[in-house]
Amino acid sequence: MTPSVATSRTGDLADSGPAALGHVVTGELDLSHRIILYLDDISVSFDGFKALNKLSLSIDAGELRCVIGPNGAGKTTMMDVVTGKTRPDSGKAFFGQTLDLTRMSESGIANAGIGRKFQKPTIFADHTVFENLELAMKGDRRVRRTLFAKLAGDERDRIDDMLRMIRLQDRADRLAGLLSHGEKQWLEIAVLLMQQPKLLLLDEPVAGMTDDETERTAELFLELAGKHTLVVVEHDMAFIAKIARKVTVLDEGHVIAEGPLDEVQQDPKVIEVYLGR
Amino acid sequence: MHDTTLLGRLYGPKGWTGFGIAALALFVLFPLANLVVPEGSAFHVSDYTVTLIGKMLCYAMVAVALDLVWGFGGILSLGHGLFFALGGYALGMYLMRQIGADGQYKVDMPDFMVFLDWKEFPWHWVLSNSFIAQALLVVLVPGLLAFVFGYFAFRSRIKGVYFSIITQALTYAAMLLFFRNETGFGGNNGFTDFKRIFGIPIATPETRMALFVASGAALLGSILLVRWLVTSRYGHVLTAIRDAESRVMFCGYDPLWYKLFAWTLSAVLAGIAGALYVPQVGIINPSEMSPANSIEMVIWVAVGGRGTIVGPVLGAFLVNGAKSVFTVWLPEYWLYVLGLLFVLVTLFMPEGVVGLAKRLRGRARAKPKAAAPGAPAPASPTTERAAAVSAERGVGKPA
Repeated sequence: MTPSVATSRTGDLADSGPAALGHVVTGELDLSHRIILYLDDISVSFDGFKALNKLSLSIDAGELRCVIGPNGAGKTTMMDVVTGKTRPDSGKAFFGQTLDLTRMSESGIANAGIGRKFQKPTIFADHTVFENLELAMKGDRRVRRTLFAKLAGDERDRIDDMLRMIRLQDRADRLAGLLSHGEKQWLEIAVLLMQQPKLLLLDEPVAGMTDDETERTAELFLELAGKHTLVVVEHDMAFIAKIARKVTVLDEGHVIAEGPLDEVQQDPKVIEVYLGR
Repeated sequence: MHDTTLLGRLYGPKGWTGFGIAALALFVLFPLANLVVPEGSAFHVSDYTVTLIGKMLCYAMVAVALDLVWGFGGILSLGHGLFFALGGYALGMYLMRQIGADGQYKVDMPDFMVFLDWKEFPWHWVLSNSFIAQALLVVLVPGLLAFVFGYFAFRSRIKGVYFSIITQALTYAAMLLFFRNETGFGGNNGFTDFKRIFGIPIATPETRMALFVASGAALLGSILLVRWLVTSRYGHVLTAIRDAESRVMFCGYDPLWYKLFAWTLSAVLAGIAGALYVPQVGIINPSEMSPANSIEMVIWVAVGGRGTIVGPVLGAFLVNGAKSVFTVWLPEYWLYVLGLLFVLVTLFMPEGVVGLAKRLRGRARAKPKAAAPGAPAPASPTTERAAAVSAERGVGKPA
């Protein structure tokens, strides 16, 4: 990240009123400075172990960013911070210009437009594929609304479109728990997309997929980039090479390199981290 | 769209036929057989049987309430006996006032208060002469307690066994509180010797039948209500929370309110069941709040099949039927039988009686098709669902 970004942010904090002061945590996503996700100096420690150590990262709207790093580098913890699962000990996390992620609930963050795919596919096993998508569809999340919710025609169409995209249209009535591993991964991605998120965090999306499925996933991500912002954490370097534009390398809780893949791969610090142990 | 859900099939045309037959039996056949058919006829149903079944109808209603939170919400309560008893106590207060001056001491005050030398009613007895006020309390007291308790427990994300243990402690603490004479609920004797309800004698066959029919209506009503809830989108979210709570949160739902709604409603249903139970059995005392009672309620649901609505009703009838037989026949062994039953059901019938029936039917249907070599035997949708869930949860292979 560049220092100029940080100063422009501080300027915004001063003049954009109460929302920026953190009193208002809901509201519209403000992308006026092109930055969709901004992490500054984030530290998280668990029982003395520093999972994140002054991590700073900024991601532009529409970007497809790959995050790599050895095990324990803090990739998953970073996602936990962004999605509200873990509160940082110190540092700032903003979604757009105004939404302070450190003060929002998990569901609030999800409704604001951040979707997350877990390492292990997490879908609703006891619901059909169709029901999974129906539950994820953007809509009113209050209890009394869901009591009387009816599926409208255009909503059904959207689900059908999504089913076609993930090629599960002939399995709409199958219980999601019975899908193959790769299909579950796809279903989870579709569940995320049904929420029409602005920012997608994808933790090892191609783990356990066949080569063919991995290929299709790469195509899908490239298609989604631009419309959505994608942050992909992945170990599969062949997959990264297919989709990567800008790569961020994490180690021991902070960023050690950032740039195009081939440039990053030449970086002596990165080589040391990957080969030195 | 073809409905593959367990409930979709449970409540197909067959389910509604069963529901109609149950309604006919409860509202027409039983009253006729008890009140109109003369004693001595083979079709006569005795008052004893009416009370026994009326009691089980109330138990079945608690089982349905438990199924909503445990079967569909994954929240195991080991304290529903508390809500049941609170509903019972709320109505019991009214019934105590209905005794009037016909008690042992011939004073217009419950005997235990006279015995304690109390001169006036404690504050919480102020409205006890009004049926409407006490009927409201039947709903409000369990509902409010469940709401407040649930709000803090769910907000603190207390789950699984920790939640269950706290509910157990809650009912135990309440039991100790109600045992004390100063609390004003009759101490360890509780309330009994009821004489009237609405000014009508409580022990006549007609009153008994009215209470029986009311219990039947309440049970059928709660079945319909819970069925409607779990088939709505709300219900889908609730079961989704049971299976993958973090995913639900990252879909933008706040699980707190979904759990709290089911939890509070379940407590209210249990309270209503308790209020219908007390005038039929004629007594309510703190032993209803003992942890063992609440655990027994969970066993009804487990035996019948959690998450099936009809299963817990069957479970309540089966276990209590067996209890009636055993406590007469071999009273000292009943608890062993109950414990053994729970172990066996957990090990061999994870989906209870309903799941077993579906599995057997699925196997019978699969047989002719299995004749075609190489064709995979079509699993019944129930076992398919069970397989999906256990595979996802990493539980052992289904049989």
